Amino acid sequence: MNRSAGIARNAALIGLAVLAAGLFAPAAAPGQEQFIPMASYRVGPYAAGGSGTFGGFIDYLDMLNRRDGGINGVKLTWEECETEYKNDRGVECYERLKGKGPTGASMFNFVSTGITYAVIERATTDKIPIVSIGYGRADASDGRVFPYVFPLVTNYWSQNTAKIKFIGMKSGGMDKLKGKKIVNLYHGSAYGKETIPVLDLQAKKYGFILTHIEVPAPGNEQESQWLQIRQAKPDWVILRGWGVMNPVALKTAAKVGFPRDHIVGVWWSGAEEDVIPAGDAAKGFIAAGFHPSGTNFPVLKDIQKHVYSGGHKGNLEDVSRVGSIYYNRGVIHGILNTEAIRTAQAKFGKKSLTGEQIRWGLENLNIDEKRLKEIGAVGLLQPIKLSCTDHEGGGAVKFQQWDGKKWNLITDWIKSDQSIVRPLIEESAAGYAKEKGITPRDCSKE
Amino acid sequence: MIYREAGRFHATYEEDQRIFPIRLDRVAIAGILAVAFIAIPFAGNDYWFSAILIPFLILSLAALGLNILTGYAGQLSLGSAGFMAVGAFAAFNLMLRVPGMPLLAAFFLAGLVTAVVGLFFGLPSLRIKGFYLAVTTLAAQFFIEWALTKFPWFSNRNPSGVISAQKMVIFGYVFSSPVSRYLLTLSIVTILAVAAKNLVRSRIGRAWMAVRDMDIAAEVIGIPMLRTKLLAFAVSSFYCGIAGALWAFAYLGSVEPQAFDLTRSFQILFMIIIGGMGSVLGAFLGAGFITLLPILLNVGAHTLFSGRISQSLLSNLELMLFGALIILFLALEPYGLARLWQIGKEKLRLWPFPH
Repeated sequence: MNRSAGIARNAALIGLAVLAAGLFAPAAAPGQEQFIPMASYRVGPYAAGGSGTFGGFIDYLDMLNRRDGGINGVKLTWEECETEYKNDRGVECYERLKGKGPTGASMFNFVSTGITYAVIERATTDKIPIVSIGYGRADASDGRVFPYVFPLVTNYWSQNTAKIKFIGMKSGGMDKLKGKKIVNLYHGSAYGKETIPVLDLQAKKYGFILTHIEVPAPGNEQESQWLQIRQAKPDWVILRGWGVMNPVALKTAAKVGFPRDHIVGVWWSGAEEDVIPAGDAAKGFIAAGFHPSGTNFPVLKDIQKHVYSGGHKGNLEDVSRVGSIYYNRGVIHGILNTEAIRTAQAKFGKKSLTGEQIRWGLENLNIDEKRLKEIGAVGLLQPIKLSCTDHEGGGAVKFQQWDGKKWNLITDWIKSDQSIVRPLIEESAAGYAKEKGITPRDCSKE
Repeated sequence: MIYREAGRFHATYEEDQRIFPIRLDRVAIAGILAVAFIAIPFAGNDYWFSAILIPFLILSLAALGLNILTGYAGQLSLGSAGFMAVGAFAAFNLMLRVPGMPLLAAFFLAGLVTAVVGLFFGLPSLRIKGFYLAVTTLAAQFFIEWALTKFPWFSNRNPSGVISAQKMVIFGYVFSSPVSRYLLTLSIVTILAVAAKNLVRSRIGRAWMAVRDMDIAAEVIGIPMLRTKLLAFAVSSFYCGIAGALWAFAYLGSVEPQAFDLTRSFQILFMIIIGGMGSVLGAFLGAGFITLLPILLNVGAHTLFSGRISQSLLSNLELMLFGALIILFLALEPYGLARLWQIGKEKLRLWPFPH
């Protein structure tokens, strides 16, 4: 046997030992800590969204630890796990992280609709809440059927009704929508298809002519879809894009000559990373958002002060991304997660809490204007109040337009139309309950 | 020394025709099965069952299916994930629409449905070979994904096209705990792997290999081309279909057609390339390499560098290291991990007196 092979073998053995230690070592359990798992994705086609959102999320927790020593003296801890935005890797991360920390995982945020779907049943069995802020299963807003799932702030269906309201506003009233042509250009995935029923319903109600056009994932080729759009000559295009699909859609729209200020995107189309690659083609593009960009909020100033100064480095390599859309979304993740922990602490005591206790905290979450001011997030986040029946809480959307350099808000909060959304949610949730043999909780007894 | 065949005489035809003629092999296989069926259920935890072992076994089964088609019968296919999707959706619909359908029967029928679909997409193989055939199977991949998304009937009109697998109940026992799902998956995979091992050394398997090595010569010696090739497609699709049904029922519990996209097909193809074409063992080794190594790298990187290197860099480094390892293994042994094992066996025979 030659020498180098021997060294290689020894190195391999050491490596294996280290890996084994990582897989089998029990998590250290020092006193007052609250563990938040971070199933993030920083590689692959959606890495821009993952690194920005989880960067903001982690920086906010870091800031709370540095500024206040955690939440009421309970230090926040976290560990990352790479999901690559894939369902199977996400499930692996869920299983890997669910038991870490003194009391197990507080709650999971996957920032992926697919993974959220895949873990709902596991999490309900394990009694760990799944928080999906602005994505995930819309019908999970019915907390009676989905006790452990929290699609906070605004689900896709609510958002979609706000979009139609916005288009109505632009057209000069909802009655003017009659006969208008709207194309729904959607990402060919569970996420993309999610809004089809709610759009169909609104088309019937308002009398506009709706065409659904699918873009096969990931969406880096859209010539034929846009030619189809050009033939249909719609008044508006709703862009339900994600990742690389967004800049490609805008560029192709420019190529076929469709006006960009008549394209309304979902909030996963409305980040800087979605429009900058499209260059000038993105100018005028409108996107929905449940929060603005910018660093002009006290909470972001605090992050800059406590996390990105004094020789300390935050989670982002590129500090200029602080205040970007994805980053601010991450900060909102941080705020909502920690406020739920705070609410649960008020009931169960200032100590490490279990997922079941935090579920109570989420369900009784109530962030009013006053609390928003204390957090320093007025204007960044809308007031939100949850209940046993309503796991969504907010439901309002702002619209923003890209001017080539930054996103500008063009509307105030536009309320979604719950008279359309709620019956759909209840119907869909009831269907799920029947399929799975779940008896919905009786909320009057909670 | 260890793997000696000298001195072992086969006195009957049965002995001569065993799957593993060498006693050491039989002992080893029995040992592995004993560990998998008895020791692991006691020693493992939920994480190991539901995040590592179950997906590993299921993807091994899919790789085995593709290996029958590509490794043994020589027909290149890029549709494996599509066939898995057919299996998953067929099992779901059978359970949903046929009252009182037993679970195992649904799996078996889902396998048969997939076999029929595979048979259909195997038809071009009679005229086309090699990379051109790969393109037609690519069409299968896209067509299946499209059809399952397009027609809401397949997903029982779920708005997102996601199916939620029914409860797994066999003779009144509910397979819900991770360990029970692991044992169910393991049993099905073991039975199918033994069946595959036997199949490839039977007349059918020899016919496949003859077709793989040179189809004209095979036809000249009287092997019916139509039947042999289509049978390979059917059997391979059957395996992929069962794997897909297990993926939906035993592993994730809910799947969308996009879970079986082209990336998954490539993943399965890479498994058999790295594991070893034309080898049952290779399917398992390849699945282990492709599914487990990224997780090991992720865990290892976290244990070693957590907090010291930025997470984004770490995630990208893991991918790079994974790629480098693939290249390294293929450069060391282009015929895959199974071939490495074979070489190892030959060395063991000579040990401790190598020449």
